[in-house]
Amino acid sequence: MDQLLKTLGIVLNATLMYTPPLLFAALGSCCSEKSGVINIGIEGMMTIGAFTGAAVGYFSGDPWLAFICAGLAGMVFALIHGFACITCKADQTISGTAINFLAGGIAVYVCRLLFAGNTETHPVPNKLPRIFNGLFEWCNANLGGKWGEAFAKNGFLDNVFNTYASAYIAFILVLVIWFVFYKTRFGLRLRAVGEHPQAADTLGVNVSLVRYICVALSGFLAGLGGASITLATVSVYRPSIVIGQGFIAIAAVIFGKFKPQGAMLGCILFGFCNGLKVVVGSNGSIPVNIISMIPYVVTIIALILFVGKAHVPAANGKPYIKSK
Amino acid sequence: MEENGRIDMSRPTVEMKNIVKMFGSFKANDGINLTVHKGEIHAILGENGAGKSTLMNILYGLYHPTSGQIFINGKEVSISGPNKAIELGIGMVHQHFMLVQPFTVAENIILGMEPMLPGGRVNMKAARAKVNEISARYGLEVNADAKIEDISVGMQQRAEILKVLYRGADILILDEPTASLTPQEIEELIEIMHNLAREGKTVILITHKLKEIKAAADYCTIIRQGKYINTVRVADTTEQQLAAMMVGRSVEFKVDKAAIEPGEVALEVHDLHAKDYRNVEVLRGLDLTVRKGEIVGIAGIDGNGQTELVEILTGLKKATHGAITMNGHDAYNKTPRQLFDMGISSIPADRHKHGLVLDFSVEDNLILQNADEKPYSNHGALNFKAIDEHAKELIEKYDIRPRGCEHEPAGDLSGGNQQKVIIAREVTNDKDLLIAVNPTRGLDVGAIEYVHKYIVDQRNKHKAVLLVSFELDEVMSLSDRIDVIFEGKIVGSMSGSEADEKKLGLMMAGGSAHEE
Amino acid sequence: MKNSINTKRFIEKLQESAFTYTLISIIIGFIVGAIALLIAGYNPIESYGKLFGVIFRSSKNISYSFIEYSVPYILTGLSVAFAFKTGVFNIGAEGQYVMGSVAAMLVGAFVKAPAFIHIPLCIIAALAAGALWGGLVGFLKIRFGAHEVLCMIMFNWIAYYFSNFIVNLDWVNVGDGKTWSVPIADTAKITISDWLPGLSPKAHFGVFIALICVVVIYYIINRTTLGFKLKAVGFNRSAAEYAGINANGSVLTALSISGMLASLAGALQVMGVTYKVSQFAGQEGYGFQGITVALIGGTNPFGVLLGAEFFGAMKFGGTRFDAPSEIVDIIMGCIVLCIAISSLLKMMISSKKNKGGV
Repeated sequence: MDQLLKTLGIVLNATLMYTPPLLFAALGSCCSEKSGVINIGIEGMMTIGAFTGAAVGYFSGDPWLAFICAGLAGMVFALIHGFACITCKADQTISGTAINFLAGGIAVYVCRLLFAGNTETHPVPNKLPRIFNGLFEWCNANLGGKWGEAFAKNGFLDNVFNTYASAYIAFILVLVIWFVFYKTRFGLRLRAVGEHPQAADTLGVNVSLVRYICVALSGFLAGLGGASITLATVSVYRPSIVIGQGFIAIAAVIFGKFKPQGAMLGCILFGFCNGLKVVVGSNGSIPVNIISMIPYVVTIIALILFVGKAHVPAANGKPYIKSK
Repeated sequence: MEENGRIDMSRPTVEMKNIVKMFGSFKANDGINLTVHKGEIHAILGENGAGKSTLMNILYGLYHPTSGQIFINGKEVSISGPNKAIELGIGMVHQHFMLVQPFTVAENIILGMEPMLPGGRVNMKAARAKVNEISARYGLEVNADAKIEDISVGMQQRAEILKVLYRGADILILDEPTASLTPQEIEELIEIMHNLAREGKTVILITHKLKEIKAAADYCTIIRQGKYINTVRVADTTEQQLAAMMVGRSVEFKVDKAAIEPGEVALEVHDLHAKDYRNVEVLRGLDLTVRKGEIVGIAGIDGNGQTELVEILTGLKKATHGAITMNGHDAYNKTPRQLFDMGISSIPADRHKHGLVLDFSVEDNLILQNADEKPYSNHGALNFKAIDEHAKELIEKYDIRPRGCEHEPAGDLSGGNQQKVIIAREVTNDKDLLIAVNPTRGLDVGAIEYVHKYIVDQRNKHKAVLLVSFELDEVMSLSDRIDVIFEGKIVGSMSGSEADEKKLGLMMAGGSAHEE
Repeated sequence: MKNSINTKRFIEKLQESAFTYTLISIIIGFIVGAIALLIAGYNPIESYGKLFGVIFRSSKNISYSFIEYSVPYILTGLSVAFAFKTGVFNIGAEGQYVMGSVAAMLVGAFVKAPAFIHIPLCIIAALAAGALWGGLVGFLKIRFGAHEVLCMIMFNWIAYYFSNFIVNLDWVNVGDGKTWSVPIADTAKITISDWLPGLSPKAHFGVFIALICVVVIYYIINRTTLGFKLKAVGFNRSAAEYAGINANGSVLTALSISGMLASLAGALQVMGVTYKVSQFAGQEGYGFQGITVALIGGTNPFGVLLGAEFFGAMKFGGTRFDAPSEIVDIIMGCIVLCIAISSLLKMMISSKKNKGGV
């Protein structure tokens, strides 16, 4: 029983490592897609966020400053994408792909500039804090007997709840985004713009502005996602660090039918599968590569069994052209 | 239609003087005058492309006039955009609804002018209350919490009208409001227009439907090819006169049909059952027979199974039970290709969705179904010369404009010409059964005449024609026999010559012809 | 007087041609790259000089640029372009490429046959793998309504891990703790470097196969009823169905063909250049870069060919560049972005000439 709990704790710990970056990016993707702008460039925005987080974190020593800067970096690239798609009416898929190339290239390029020709940053001296660490240590030291033990390092509670602040922020953001989408005026207009921009326009809603804000948000969140890898899980940036997670986040959003709660479930599913990989992999009985496939196969099965046709916002992917 | 006391002739709410609008070198409006008063229902009549929509778009601020003046309530104004128009109390209900499908009626109405709660939240309770209040005041019945994708077209339109009333519109512009309504919904709308006028609103109606003008409007301004023709008092003018002014020549309404003896049975449908997309039974044992050399018209209110019947007959939907034969061969639940090869062709209801590939050239659209056949292709390779010649021939024969458009994308053609392309294609296919669904939807009087002629021609050539239309007039004037569909079954039948609108209306609503 | 009319007409034609915008975008891309080089402390003129010099310096380098490096891009570009024309975004080219290379490697290493049988056999195996990998996504979409972009992303990763799995199998792995497979037999190799002097060591006749594919795909899209139907379904599925075209079949066919093109790319790369499959640390990217090539080429098969040659040359040049290779990535990214934005320029220019409607 104890062993099972311990294993579960390790799995959950791994899940909570992998989920937050995906979740930030997925929430960002939700914002953008819901307003009708396809954003394939999430991958690139995560990359630039990861790099910026690591770089600013190293030079300033302040993880929170780095975290915010990472978001801003993602936002800059998102605005480029926004300009291309919203003002220039470019094909949104093409623009997103271009952003991925650009962001990837620029990240490595600047890295070389700042870190003496290396493509890897120096480790960040201070990662994002584990906000409950202090509490846990105190409880462990001062509570007697069984209670104290419960808070021990690498115990179940420690593994699951004593995790980086970014994880908590990510989950809280799900609620925040849900609230904004479905309860606020901005959310109403955002959704209208994504479904029927012309209707919104005739009612005086500024379609371009709403889309710009959503795209900028998506970049900011994706940047945060990238930074939550380099400022929490690992503490350096290297070119292979994001490696497809941006696309997986998009997959999670489609899987979640473009709703923040659904996207969250998708991300947890992926995170969980990755977590399983850690546990089962160390066992050695099933080849590592087969295990690595599991999250992807599971997603497809889940799509087939449960989801059916995703309701894509009706104006998704189409530039809004005022007929004048 | 009482006028006394409702219209306040001393208060012109809208005056448009000498409006000219140029698009490049094209004159869409050429010196048009319009005067409308408080409490008046004023129709603007003109063919497609005459310039009536342009004129109203100017009033609503979507376009700026090249020259001319606009006065609202006696004051000269310059309407810079829809926001300014809304400020001036002008509201527009567009022909193609501007409704967000997954949103509720209330959400659509308040979008852009939402009642707020602190913290950026929308006050849905206040929204619902306001919607219900306006709805009761003007007799516009809606379900504030229903989603647009679930409600009828009639209710959608009422939602659109509520949208403009919510913003305090005193001048309402309705653009082709009856285009998608059933006869019953049209009556309701006319009632609503009278309510609005009685409450002191000004209603401007853009239309080319003469019957509705006669039923609803007080005055009518006729526009032809961008020019102002006349303003008449509707009560003193006949439909014939209105049509003549609109088209510039006298128009024949009744279709000239020689009686011919119907031949052998082409299509036979027996006890057909089917479910709609919600798995609710929509066809409940439908029987239908169409012979060669006859036009059978299906009259019915939208939603009684006609759409599903046509989908099954064209292979886009599967029936759950029953029998269909075409020329004696089994045609039950076959693919579109198979049905086409068996002799069924159709003019679809939605020409943009089903009829044409707008990105394809006109000549490619003309062979959309026949690409595999000689001479258009040989062992899989396309024969461009043959396709081109075929297109040139049809464009000439069916007067598709502009000439020389065979390489242009079909999307560039006007609605009427697009319909001509489809008709040219289907008539040339010359199949034994032609199914025509709302074939004249969105077309003006000139084009309608033309489409009816071709349908009657097919019948005169001893082909079978099945006509499904929401325009009762069309069904009555074209059909040799009219079958009434109600709740998924044919509930009554009468010959075209004996057709009586009252009797038909009764059967369409579920009453029997024997009741009185 | 006549000259000025001709010039005017020529300029108008230029304004409408997509090629002009691609060219302008490429120039802008290089300008941005030059700025990046300057910031990094390199002299852009020197560096560009070296870049182009390197590409054209010797027949060997020309061979590298235009034969060896560009073949995979021609085919993955074709794959994506073909899919675009039929209304599908083939983001799964990456996985199809991998499956093709695995199939070719397995048949190449473990089947014994003389060359004139062995080579076609490898190619057929790869095509089958690609058709399967692409077609399966189509099947899932038709049967279950599964979103194809999502599925393809999943399939990319599954293919990637599958490849690594195969490479690590005992009977496939070359042994000694190495991370690649046994090499393919000589009878499966398609290198032609000894045919002509001055070719690069790994030039292979895959380039001819790729060229044939370009012509075949062009023919299919523009001159056959198959292409006609696929395009109809891509533009307006409902109308195509209504006209009796089998829409589901079309989607399946389109994805299978796209899959085959991408997998062929993988196969030719194994048979002509690497002779083996390695365990990857990350996705190779040929599939994704196929997207770039398709876009540069305006989804026109001959445009794709030109774009692929350009891209391949750039990639090769990037390896011999004195400045870091990611500058090339930055340049490419800019170019694609500019091409995407160029639609605005086109619209602005055409609206000035607009006669107007109602």
